[in-house]
Order: sequence, then C-alpha cells, then structure tokens
Amino acid sequence: GEMHGKPGTWPGTKEDDVAKRIELNVNGRMQAIEADGDMPLLYALRGDLNMHDPRFGCGLGQCGACTVLIDGEAVRSCQLALDAIGTRKITTLTGIGTPQKPHKVQAAFIEEQVPQCGYCLNGWVLTTVALLEKNPHPTDKEIREALTGLKCRCGTHTAILRAVKRAAQA
Amino acid sequence: MNNIDTNTTLDRRQLIAGAGALTVYLALPGTRAEAAIATQASRLALKPDQLSTYISINQDGSAIGWVGKIDMGQGTDIGWIKMIAEELDLPPERVSMVQGHTDQTTDQGGASGSTGIWKAGAALRNAAAEARRVLVEMAAEKLGVPSERLTVADGIVADKSDPAKKVSYGDLIGGRHFDVELEWNHEIGNELLVKGKAKPKPPSEYKIVGRPGTRRRDVPEKVLGTHDYMVDVKVPGMLHGRVIRPPIAGAVPLAVDEASVKDIPGVQVVWQKGFIGLVAPKEWDAIKAAKALKITWSEVKPPFAGNASLYEHIRGAKVMKKDEETKVGDVDAAFAKAAKVVEATYEWPFHSHAPMAPACGVADVRDGEATIWTGSQKPHHCREGVAKMLGLHEEKVHVVSATGPGSYGRNDAGDVTMDATVLSKAVGKPVRVQGMRHEGHGWDPKAPASIHISRAAVDPDGKVTGWYFETKAFSRREFFRDEGSPERTLAGQLLDWPLKPVWLFGLPGETYNFAARQKVSTTIPPLLERASPLRSSHMRDPGGPQMHFAVESFMDELALATNMDPVAFRLRYLENPRDKAVIMAAAEKAKWQPRVGARKQQNGNILTGQGIAYAVRGATRVAVIAEVEVDRTSAEVWARRFFVAHDCGQIIAPDLLRLTIEGNIVQTSSRALKEEVMFDQSNVTSVDWQTYPIIDIKDAPESIEIILIDHPEIPPGGAGESASRPTPAALANAIFDATGIRLRQAPFTPARLKAGLA
Repeated sequence: GEMHGKPGTWPGTKEDDVAKRIELNVNGRMQAIEADGDMPLLYALRGDLNMHDPRFGCGLGQCGACTVLIDGEAVRSCQLALDAIGTRKITTLTGIGTPQKPHKVQAAFIEEQVPQCGYCLNGWVLTTVALLEKNPHPTDKEIREALTGLKCRCGTHTAILRAVKRAAQA
Repeated sequence: MNNIDTNTTLDRRQLIAGAGALTVYLALPGTRAEAAIATQASRLALKPDQLSTYISINQDGSAIGWVGKIDMGQGTDIGWIKMIAEELDLPPERVSMVQGHTDQTTDQGGASGSTGIWKAGAALRNAAAEARRVLVEMAAEKLGVPSERLTVADGIVADKSDPAKKVSYGDLIGGRHFDVELEWNHEIGNELLVKGKAKPKPPSEYKIVGRPGTRRRDVPEKVLGTHDYMVDVKVPGMLHGRVIRPPIAGAVPLAVDEASVKDIPGVQVVWQKGFIGLVAPKEWDAIKAAKALKITWSEVKPPFAGNASLYEHIRGAKVMKKDEETKVGDVDAAFAKAAKVVEATYEWPFHSHAPMAPACGVADVRDGEATIWTGSQKPHHCREGVAKMLGLHEEKVHVVSATGPGSYGRNDAGDVTMDATVLSKAVGKPVRVQGMRHEGHGWDPKAPASIHISRAAVDPDGKVTGWYFETKAFSRREFFRDEGSPERTLAGQLLDWPLKPVWLFGLPGETYNFAARQKVSTTIPPLLERASPLRSSHMRDPGGPQMHFAVESFMDELALATNMDPVAFRLRYLENPRDKAVIMAAAEKAKWQPRVGARKQQNGNILTGQGIAYAVRGATRVAVIAEVEVDRTSAEVWARRFFVAHDCGQIIAPDLLRLTIEGNIVQTSSRALKEEVMFDQSNVTSVDWQTYPIIDIKDAPESIEIILIDHPEIPPGGAGESASRPTPAALANAIFDATGIRLRQAPFTPARLKAGLA
C-alpha cells in the first residue's frame, strides 16, 4: 500500500469538488442524490441514501466490508467514484435476499452460524454470490482464491469455507 | 403478595419491556430511532442486591435477563438465555437479554476476561432460580396448594396431583417487578455474585443447558444486512467529527489555520490544548476538512528507536514493578546442584487489536446530561470516564451499547467515545466520530510487547528439578478499568489529565509439578508517556499467548534436552487429571507419534510437523496440537490442521462453544504467524491491512477438530479466550518438528525461517 500512517494520503479527495445531481440504480430502484462526482459510492449509500448494509472498514479497498455488486461483480464501494458508475445496477446485501426469502448464500451463512461481529459480511457473502454465478461448484482451492483479500478479524474463516460449500450444494 | 412492589411497576422498564420480549431484544441495541430510550428509561436506581436487577417477567410470561456484560459475537447471550431458561423452566425462545446499557443493567464489568458465563452466568443462574422459587410460592398462595406439590413446565405452574389447577408466570407477575432481596457479595464488575434462597437445579435435571441447537439471534440480521451497528447510530442534528493526530507521536498543535477549511460547508474546528478536531454536517466533508486543515505541530524529538531495536530496549529498560508468584521449593539450590541448565529467551512484538473498522462513537452532551453510544466492551467504564471528563454525576451519563466491528479487549472504542464527548461538549450538538483506517491501526491501544526468559535445572538422572520463568514487558494495564477515567484515553491525555499508570503484565497458568519453581513478571515504562500510538492495554487473553508461547515452547526444548517425547514429557510433570486428560485426548485425536527431537518429515518441497501445547486459564484447560506445512522455497507456514481438547467445566452451549474455539484458534494463528506492529522513530507504520497483515482465507486451516470434555458438576470456567493461550506454542513446536528450526521470536514469518531452511 501507499499508506504510511501520515494523514493526508486518503484517496479520492479534490479541492474543487462541486455537488451535482447523480442518479443511482440501487437494489432495483432509481434514486437521485446531490453529491460530488468523485465521492466514493460508499458515502452515497450510507450518507445520502441512509443505507446501513455496506460498511466502512478501511476506505482503501483492502477489506471488503463495503462490498456491493455492480452488474453482478463484487466491487469495493469505498474505491468506486460516483462518476464511474453510470447506469450500472448496484446490489447490496439487503438487495439479494429478505428474511422471508434469503439468498442461498445467506441461508448457508445462517445455517453455519458464521459471523461473530459480522461487520465484514458484505464482502464474504456478496463475493460468494458473484463466485457461484460464474462457477456454481467451485473446489476448495477455487473458493479460497475467489475470496482471498477479504478480511475477517474474528477468525471465522473455517465457518465461512463451510458455508460457501453448503451454498454451492444448495 | 408482599413479594411484589406494585408502586414501581413498569416505571423503569415498561417502555422497553411492555411490547414483549422479542421486541426488547431487537430494539435495544438497535440504533435507528432509539435515541430517546436511554434517558426515559433511566429513572429507577439499579441495586446489585435486587432480583429485579437481573430478572423480570413480561405480561405474556416471557422473561428478560438483564446483564452488565455484552456478547461480542460468540453467543454469550445465548449461554445466559439457556441458563435462565433452565432455572425458570421456560423454553429458551421465551427468554431475552438486555445487555450493557448503563441505565438498565448493573455494573458487571462488561465483556471481560472470559467471565461472561463463568461469573455473570453464575449470578444470573442464581437469580433465575430464586425467581422461580418466588413464582412458585406466589402460585401456591394463589392456587391454595402447598408449593411442594407444584411443578413448572413452559412457565405454567401446576398442581402435580390436579393438573387443572394451574397459573402462568404472566398471570402471577407479568409486567411487574420482583421486590426480592438477594445475598450480594458486595463486589461490582466481574466479581459481582448474588444468590437467593433457592438453589439452582442439579445438572442431572438439565434439559436445556449442555444441549446444542439454540441458535444465535443476531446471526440472521447480520447475514441479511439488517443488523444495526455502532456506525449506524443516527441522532437528530448529529454532526460528523474527526480528530487529527500528529505526524510525529507526541507533537501537539501550535497553530491552526482555520481559513484552510473555510470552503468546506459547515466546518467547525475544536482546539483545546493538545486536542485538535473538527465537525461538519456531512461525513465526507469532515473527512475532507480533516485532511485539508493546516496545523503547525510542535517540534518534538522523534520518540522511538524503531521496532528493530525493540527487544534490546526491553532488555535494558528500567523495571517499574516486579510481581512474583509464591516460590515453591528451593530454586537456587536446584540450579546449584543441576547437572545441566537449559535456558532460552522468547520475544513477542506489539499487536494491534485492528478491528474490522476504526472505532465509532456518538456523544450527545447537552443540558447537563450526556448520552453516549459506544461499541466498547465496557459501557459502565465508559460512563465513569465520560462523567469524570464532563464533571457530571454518573447518573447523568447514559451509555448505550451498540455492536462494534469486533472487540477482543480494550481497542480504540474507548478513545473514540471520549473524542466524541469532547467535540459534542464543545459544539453543543450530538457528534459522531469514526476515524480512518490509519488512525484505527495507528493509534489503538496495543497489546504489549514482551520478552520471556525460561530456565530449567536438570539433575544427573535427566529429571527437571527446578524451573524459573521471568517476563519483562510493557505494562498491559496502563489502562486499568479501560476508558473509566479520562487519563486513560487519548483525549484525556491530550487535555493534560494527570496520568495514573498501573504496572501489570501477568503470570502464566499451568500446573507443572517441578520440585522447585519460581515465576516472575516485571513491567517497564512506556516508550512515550502521553498520547502514544504504542500505549498498551489488554487484548484477547491478555499476556496469555505471549507467555505460553514461551512456557510451552520451552517445555518442548526441555523434552528434547531430557530425551523425551513432548507429550510424554508433559504427562510426566503434570498431576491434575483434567490437565492430563486434555493432553491425552488431543494426542489421540491427532494420532500423535512419539518422538525425540524434530522429525523433519518431507514430501517433495513440503516439510510437515505436529506440535503440542497446553495451558490453564482460570478453571479452563486446553491442549492444542497444530499440524503445519512449511514450503522449503518460500518458507511460508500453513497451519493446516488443528486438534483441540477443551475442558471448561460445565458446557452450556456446545455448538457455540465449538465456533468460539475455532475463532480463537484462527485469530491467534494470525497473531503468531503474521502480526507485528511496525514503527519507525516517529510513529507507528503499521497503519492498514497491507502494513499489518493478518491471516487470509488462503491460509485458513483445512480443519479444526475439537474434543469437548464436559464436566456438568464443575462450574463453567470461561471459554472466550482459553484456546488462544496454547496456540502460538503449538505452532512453534510444529514448525520445529517440521524443520528443526526453533523459533523464539514471533511472528513466525518466512523471513525468520528462511535462513534456517537454506
């Protein structure tokens, strides 16, 4: 990383930002906000749209707590400027399933009682959703490679692996 | 009916309890619109010796347990629910918990020292047993049947000989409070214990405790994305705050150019002594302003020597305090008569708590009161500290717990709530603070670095006759009672509160019966007195992984020095059958092959090995066998399999216990294999996940096989941290078995192994 503990290396800030109207397609709904085009999507979702599911973890794209799906691809929303999104479909953790009808990956994570603090789950669940779309029956190695880089500080990795395998069999 | 205090009925709790148990559970930690609860529900003083402080019954007969501790994601709340449900003869689904809220729970020490089930569980179990006794007595009066003839099932009290005669808990007391005094040991915090006239059930009658299958209630919300966290707390009129830390640790602001942020909407700078922060209505604006604000910092000499000379520094540092465990036998004589003396020193670096996100806190300081939302493990300590900082009585400070981004000790949560408190007081509005990643890693209180000297005397027959163990370390409790006083927070230190350091590290827990033995722990001054990025505090099993890395690596070194197999060596010098049982159970499960020295098993480019370690923590003992693969070329270590035998006395929730043990093993593997806080002369340089790497899913174990040894007759001994303790040494011993390389410095990185493998 380029970060070395000195404040002021935070990416994505410019001095001459101007708020403008931006439309976002979030969980199947078009929503308009007034914001700087270089503001990361995460702040629009949490701040302007008052959503709670994507979360700030590092702001550096290193942990995955802010993950959303953009046209089905798992993307770190803290690194994605609003100007770069256009009309692509944004799907968040609450957009893939409901208490009545959880996504099969969510059902598997619940069945395996995966999370401890659970703060990291956007990354693990949504990256698994994207993985299983492309590769419905991944090997253990393929799962580990697809999920590499995501962070979990509670150490639930073994439960995550069980849940992904369970979801792949569902 | 003199058991019931009808006058204060519903006074304190109707607001939250009236809607039924499930609502209570979901609504309290919830944060979207719950801002009003804390102040409204705060009117009745909580007394530690009152049954109503711990147990209440709703109108519908369901029960609420109130506890001054918090589950941090291991399902401790489910453990309490099962213990209460068991004593009340209610299904667990009809019991809920209120945790940590300072207006509604008494100070039981917060999440701390694996005492959730061990200590608070004991109090709640006694309280629930007493509640059942009182309810049965009330039913006896109401039904006109002697209480011995009554039985309870699912909260219905019925006559054994005439089941038509019955009454429900809800009809007996629902919605009103117990007015029953308990015997209280006059302790607050972790040690608080109460008991009533009733004795809890004998384990032979358990239907709920010890059985698997009670699911955690926070899991679906977390997985579905609907669980509210600390970061989701929104209070009307709330501003976003940021505190700016100096580039060189110890520097303070000399001049602040407010014009540098004048173009960012609504920014207000707060500068008091060494504390410099700002607020803005929008979070993104606060972030931009914190970056743009021009500050002239004082010129200070860079305070550190850098981590390369850390252990040399510790060796030479002045000893502030020496703690000693009672000496057994004549240690000096044992060494004087020894045929051989074995000695080794082990070194362990600073660790960051590094939660999944930098901490977040909200403070609303107005009109002589303060309401605080925190992800801290210790809401009652938070109340104490905020009250002192603001000069308010504690009853004017209301602390609401919210789910943080993981908490394994005293992390940055206590600092951030104090930052928010200072900012809110200054601007007169509610303020939310969440730092950036580099501030979370860079400035959280660290697990202390340490060195450990182990020395043993061996007689001519190869018997170990004396053992001396000495720790020299930074104190882990400069922050005793956590954020419970301003000088233990960054804000308090920057505002010149006088420091009151506590000197404490700890001693290892094991029961080797060497004829002479002595254990010593010494603590040294911090590298920077005030507002240091290397302040040290407690982190999961404080001191445990460090000390037992040394103790249990050394036992393997002693086994080799006395030509013994590591398992046989331990069994020879242990007496307690529970200690021996965990070692034997783990060895059997792992198909342990007795050996003297390293086996260096090789398969192509991969070296494999197994290593064992055991430890005692409180009344719990754990043996861990790690199986590793070492790549000869890259020197990477994969902790592929673990075999764990775990005895924590009575087991409450075996399925959740297994997951807790797994988390302990993986997290501590990360600490042992990867983690080290790096710092240069000016500051901490481990400031994100690149510069402070933790375990990745690629390196996650293939399997963790756990044997739970249940002793229903022995009170639960705590399980939140015990398995962390032996894990680093099990890995170091496995690496030795695979490679013949004895690592005495953590973490066990390729750089430390490479030279030996070449």
